[in-house]
Amino acid sequence: MSHALDAEWTKFRTVASPGWLLAATSGLTIAISVAAETATRCPASLRCPVDTVRLSLTGIQFGQAIVAILAVLMITDEYSTGLILVTLAATPRRWTVLAAKAVILAVAVLGAGIIAAGGSILAGRLILPGHGFTAARGFPVLSLTGGLALRPEAGSVLYLALIALLSLGIAAIVRDSAIAIGAVLGLFYLFPIMIAFITSVTWQHRIERYTPVNAGLAIQATTGLRHLPISPWAGLGVLAIWAAAALLAGALTLRLRDA
Amino acid sequence: MTAILTDHSAGLVGEPGNRDGFGRLLRAEWTKFRTVRGWMIGLIVAAILTVGLAWLTAAGSTIGCSNGSGTVQLTGRACLPPVPIGPGGEAVNDSFYFVRQSLTGNGSITVAVTSFTGRHIAGNGVGRVHAVGTGQGGLVSGTGPWSKAGIIIKQSTKPGSAYAAMMVTGSHGVRMQYDYVSDIAGLPGRPSSPAPRWLRLVREGDTIAGYDSADGIHWARVGTATLAGLSRVVQVGLFATSPQDFRVQSSFGGQSVQGGPSLATGVFDHVRLSGAVNGTWTGGNVGSSPSAGPPDLGSGFHASAGTFAVSGSGDIGPIVPGPGGGWYPTAAIEQNLAGAFIGLIAILVVAAMFFTAEYRRGLIRITLAASPRRGQVLAAKAIVAGLVTFAVGLVAVIVSIAVGVRQMRSQGLYVLPVSALTEARVIVGTAAMLGVMAVFAVALGAVLRRSAITITVAIVAIVLPFLFAALNIFPYDVTNWLLRVTPAAGFAIEQSIPHYSQVNSLYQPANGSYPLPPLAGFAVLCAWTAAALMLALILLRRRDA
Repeated sequence: MSHALDAEWTKFRTVASPGWLLAATSGLTIAISVAAETATRCPASLRCPVDTVRLSLTGIQFGQAIVAILAVLMITDEYSTGLILVTLAATPRRWTVLAAKAVILAVAVLGAGIIAAGGSILAGRLILPGHGFTAARGFPVLSLTGGLALRPEAGSVLYLALIALLSLGIAAIVRDSAIAIGAVLGLFYLFPIMIAFITSVTWQHRIERYTPVNAGLAIQATTGLRHLPISPWAGLGVLAIWAAAALLAGALTLRLRDA
Repeated sequence: MTAILTDHSAGLVGEPGNRDGFGRLLRAEWTKFRTVRGWMIGLIVAAILTVGLAWLTAAGSTIGCSNGSGTVQLTGRACLPPVPIGPGGEAVNDSFYFVRQSLTGNGSITVAVTSFTGRHIAGNGVGRVHAVGTGQGGLVSGTGPWSKAGIIIKQSTKPGSAYAAMMVTGSHGVRMQYDYVSDIAGLPGRPSSPAPRWLRLVREGDTIAGYDSADGIHWARVGTATLAGLSRVVQVGLFATSPQDFRVQSSFGGQSVQGGPSLATGVFDHVRLSGAVNGTWTGGNVGSSPSAGPPDLGSGFHASAGTFAVSGSGDIGPIVPGPGGGWYPTAAIEQNLAGAFIGLIAILVVAAMFFTAEYRRGLIRITLAASPRRGQVLAAKAIVAGLVTFAVGLVAVIVSIAVGVRQMRSQGLYVLPVSALTEARVIVGTAAMLGVMAVFAVALGAVLRRSAITITVAIVAIVLPFLFAALNIFPYDVTNWLLRVTPAAGFAIEQSIPHYSQVNSLYQPANGSYPLPPLAGFAVLCAWTAAALMLALILLRRRDA
């Protein structure tokens, strides 16, 4: 396993694109979060039902798309260049190959995620009080290392890592980068859109509880916790089940199919 | 490789002698497209999923109601209320309290409105009402922005019949409105007894002119309405009405709308009629008030010494999707097109691969060797991808709307009628929008060359702004801005019911409303696509394949 890890790490760090994609994940996540924070104001005369922590982490919904590219390319690039044959010749245990990729990917995304989520919360701490979201009006002071924002912040980092593993699993099944990224982004973005259109409360509820993005993002909530369709950690758990199932299916297909 | 690829001078349109060449190129690209089995299967699966999702999104809970006497429980279609249809064919609210006389032939009505007040159920309309104070029995005083009282000349008391009216409103000053969809601004401000608002309507044949004045001496014409086929005998008089008030709480991924009926009261002085009128005032509600719904807050009229106080509840205006439409749930045809998003993602994947796959497989070199005019290759790919998408999209959209509308009606949801022309625009426009988005993805593919990045950029540029809008992540004006400047502006082509500024509602994409008019939004998408094509053309010519 340590050889496989070593090999995957060498592949990961000696190609330019993973570094760029990780930097883009952090940078664009923070940029979108800053845009959301800048755009939201609470005039003195109004009561604002805004979850400031969740607002500050808006960029995660964008960052996940870049994480998905990174995860998908980690497998599909090997297929499109034929490198997968060399990889599997060097490490015939296919489970090990996928596990090594998963470990490297998860660690890299956790690193980028810490910067992304931390930067977003920090920006919220700096911007939001100036927009009417002050402690005097009952809004929490956002802190990087404790208090109300800690669970959403740490949870968002885990969320990105799980999103990466889910994407990796799907890519291992699909093998083609275009179809894999289409499937992954469809899975991420279609269900949230459906909620806005679906009139059936039952179906809305089902989507919020059981789809990866909707359930997973429950980890960001800090207000109205009693009315959440799924509790924050249970939501992240649903995403973890999705990721585990995708990885398992990916490992099985990798094992059973010719490369 | 570059040796055989030196002809960089060709434009998008070939020289006359090259027509045949371009035709052959088109055929070559079409052959490539249709013989990749996965692409055709992908498109067909996309179409099926689109329709399936249309069915799912429409599959809401069936509406329940009871019959007039409250003894029999009804569900679904049986609950559909009789919705009046206005002269222009649109569904309208037409319910108000009317104090009237009949007028034969030409004539006029003049009044001074000395006071305008209202009441609504406590807790509604926070931040939206003009003034709030404590009232009696769970009611607070205050008028809604579009509560109204004034004078009206109307074909008959039948809901949906033609009319022209001059009125004072809660926060939009004096208005002239006619035939439900037309609205012209007059004097600003609200009336009071030291500063009343004088209103006048003059009928001459089919035309009715509206005037307003601050003093009853100096009059200004606000507008002239032509009501084709207005009968000789019309109803003329005083009216008051007030639309259902609502309050929206938005948060991530969800919205709650609370609302209730409201009442407006206008006090009229110096009421003067001219022409052949019958001389006796009759009061009564017009329409069963689909806008106000139960309970009645106390509509009626009171006359003493030439002064009339008229109170009414309801609305006179077009029905729009969303909470401003009234108490009865309505829907627009394009709300069945949510499924197009799943189709869209498949389309973007296939269209992007149309170019990126050639780079991955090296086929691009053969393609460019066979037809060195790179602009023509780009054009041929764009045309094939656009047309195939348009054709598949057209079928999917037609079936989606047919299936979804049927489903909505059977559940008792009132589907707002639109003209055949508008329906055709929604259907053909949505298919064209999907086609243009496919061309956008083809062009991005030529620019970016890597399929994963191309597809992500395309999806993020088109779908994410819409998602941010649908989730209410940003405030209203930021959302509107996103749907104006990003390629997602193209979704505006789906809007079937226009935005009426004289109807207060929640105008947002989930209710089928976009900040840009349909064709303008489509033009924004086309501009993005044209820019992507230009960039693709430049890079195709500059770069080695």
